[in-house]
Amino acid sequence: MKRLFAALCVAASACLAFSPASAAGYPERPITLIVPWGAGGGTDAVARIIGSLLERDLKQPVAVVNRTGGQGVVGHQAIADSAPDGYTIGLITVEIGMMHWQGLTKLDYQSYTPVALLNEDAAGVQVRADSPYKTVRDLLDDIKAHPGKLKASGTGQGGIWHLALAGMLASDKIAPASVPWVPSNGAAPGLQDLMAGGVQVVTCSLPEARSVIDAGRVRSLAVMSKERSKLMPDVPTLKEATGSDWAIGAWRGIAGPKGLPKDVTDVLGAALKKAYDSKEYQDFLTSRGFGGRWAEGAAFGTFMAESDAALGAVMKEVGIAK
Amino acid sequence: MGAIENGIALVLHWDVLLTIFLAAAFGLVVGAIPGLTATMAIALLVPVTFFMDPIPAVGAMISCSAMAIFAGDIPSTLMRMPGTPASAAYTDECYAMTRKGQAQLALGANVLFSALGGLFGTFVLIISAPLLAEVALQFSSFEYFWLALLGLACAIFIGTGSPLKGMISLFIGLFVASIGLENPAGIPRFTMGNTDLMSGVDFIPAMIGLFAMSEVIRSMVSGAQDWDVKQVALGNPLKGWGHLFVKYWPQQLRGNITGTAIGILPGAGADIAAWVSFAMSRKFSKTPEKFGTGHLEGIVESTSSNNAALGGAWVPALVFGIPGDSITAIVIGVLYLKGLNPGPTLFLNNPESIYAIFFIFILANVAMVPLGLAAARAGTALLNIPRRILMPIILAFCVVGAFAVNNAVYGVIIMLVFGVLGFLMEEHEVPVAPCVLGIVLGKMLEESFVTSMIKSDGSFLGFFERPIAGGLGVVTLLVLLIPVWGWLRGRMRRTQPA
Repeated sequence: MKRLFAALCVAASACLAFSPASAAGYPERPITLIVPWGAGGGTDAVARIIGSLLERDLKQPVAVVNRTGGQGVVGHQAIADSAPDGYTIGLITVEIGMMHWQGLTKLDYQSYTPVALLNEDAAGVQVRADSPYKTVRDLLDDIKAHPGKLKASGTGQGGIWHLALAGMLASDKIAPASVPWVPSNGAAPGLQDLMAGGVQVVTCSLPEARSVIDAGRVRSLAVMSKERSKLMPDVPTLKEATGSDWAIGAWRGIAGPKGLPKDVTDVLGAALKKAYDSKEYQDFLTSRGFGGRWAEGAAFGTFMAESDAALGAVMKEVGIAK
Repeated sequence: MGAIENGIALVLHWDVLLTIFLAAAFGLVVGAIPGLTATMAIALLVPVTFFMDPIPAVGAMISCSAMAIFAGDIPSTLMRMPGTPASAAYTDECYAMTRKGQAQLALGANVLFSALGGLFGTFVLIISAPLLAEVALQFSSFEYFWLALLGLACAIFIGTGSPLKGMISLFIGLFVASIGLENPAGIPRFTMGNTDLMSGVDFIPAMIGLFAMSEVIRSMVSGAQDWDVKQVALGNPLKGWGHLFVKYWPQQLRGNITGTAIGILPGAGADIAAWVSFAMSRKFSKTPEKFGTGHLEGIVESTSSNNAALGGAWVPALVFGIPGDSITAIVIGVLYLKGLNPGPTLFLNNPESIYAIFFIFILANVAMVPLGLAAARAGTALLNIPRRILMPIILAFCVVGAFAVNNAVYGVIIMLVFGVLGFLMEEHEVPVAPCVLGIVLGKMLEESFVTSMIKSDGSFLGFFERPIAGGLGVVTLLVLLIPVWGWLRGRMRRTQPA
């Protein structure tokens, strides 16, 4: 037993000793992919399919690890804190441009080496199918006439869909507080509350609302994006409905800690491009109704910087930013 | 009728059956390792299902989750290490049976009544899924608030010792639940600037600490002496089971109905079902004094209940794509990938797939019996190991399990802190079970209260305005007030003669 333990120690220290060895021939051992959100969500699903596609291309196991909690802070911190050797990467999400404004963390998009943007889903405006609102205009007019009457839900306080609503209201010159936000643990409980009559509006992405829209219980009035969604081409954009330029969506992309060597990002970027273009990933996006969006390296960095600034502006307006 | 036959025909292929069997074995192994949950087992299966046909993919998930939930009872019984919060309700009772040498009897009962509960839940699903989903959808935060409060009231009935000590334990749990960022306002509480504390205290490492780690410490303090009992072999399970089935049929039926009813609600699941059932069992028992001493009655009722709840969670998932728990949340994703989009149209356009899913449910619960029994027999062998060797092994399991929950050392620290806490609590005869209940339900209670108050613009009347909420509210208040009233009456009587 003692001898076995000693052997294990030697083996373990050998692994440790060799690990910082340069990225020549990267990757030469398994890669860990950290997901800041729980198993079962959309982010987890994207991570798992990308993980298995990377595994096939890089010929190394890719372990998907969920580091949940703290509204994404814990997982994002773990990605930023890992060694910049390319063996620990993560799927970062739109929240990285939000939590530092709330004073929850010092992390922002600059704490990472951007590798590739993989997906973006725009926010939609959903109401009950039997509600009197036929268009976003009807809805906004009623909110203007009776501030405080309607309640909305879809995610936690200060979450991405909360900001989507606040931004939409602000762009129509309505005080965001006119629609009190009812925090929920994500889109599904929010939609359930919509059907149960607890709230009257849910802002969340179309794929999240898809099953209840298909079931004829919920209606989507508009999507906050420049283009209509492929999943539901009948839903107008906010611009078409009200003339507002407000657009917002939840995005997901692969990044590593700051200072990832260029040869590593090159290998990863090429492998991710291949994964993004693969039939499996595109089929996955279509069947789940997710929107694909690609940006590599510096372009992804610019995208994050723009997202960060836009989110910061709304958060200040709503009064969530510190 | 054609659709039912077609559905069964879809399942009866050797590759489908083999997949279901392998997934069940996988679920059994994962579920039996403390800290690895049924949800994790399912998440690990997801990449494998990318390459499968729809029916085997869904079949694998059903059989894996059913087995994993039951398997959580194995370490719970043998090592006082509950695998899921659903089995924490009766961990102490099962472990007390093990101490009496009846580990195999306890596990055998767990297998049988888990399977029967699962079958009951499935039949309800088959008969009335679309109808029940309509009812489940009427539940808003007002209703969930009462449900959470009703769950907490169970703490009063579970504890065998003094109610005061039960309340102390419950409030420790409620305090722990308030730590972190996951509260309605999204404000960090008691985090002291620590990133890990922002995620709050996960109940799985806390539970492992409170139950298993504290037992390790206690055993070490007393020199890890071997127990003076011999484990009784189960013998022919069929004979014993017939007897149990006849003796405990009311408990079992009550557990099945409670479990299914709670499981159908998207915001409540197997864990609340097990606690409520255990409390009910003790409340209605003719021999409540036997509870806590290794008595089968409560185990039967709550183990029936948590497996019945599992099937119930599929009702809103299949009919509306609203997940009933974290397992069905993953399954909904897989259903979409396989083109079996959940919704009422699934029942209209694809009835054979629905019947195939139901049939797999039945198969999985039947397969649970032989697999579970074999695992229970193999597991009991663990108890023959001298305790001074067994205890370090359990300690290692505690550490691995606590780490595995979130792949972080933070989980291990939580486990150790709660191990010491659990040890100190039990040294002072404060029960640990209500504390776990507080951790599990605290967040739900707070969230449903705060969101309800936002919706009703700060008016308490909102909690009684909706019909279901009003009914639940009255029941909850009665459950809470009847013991108080009984106590007051007792006092009056005592003071009168004097």
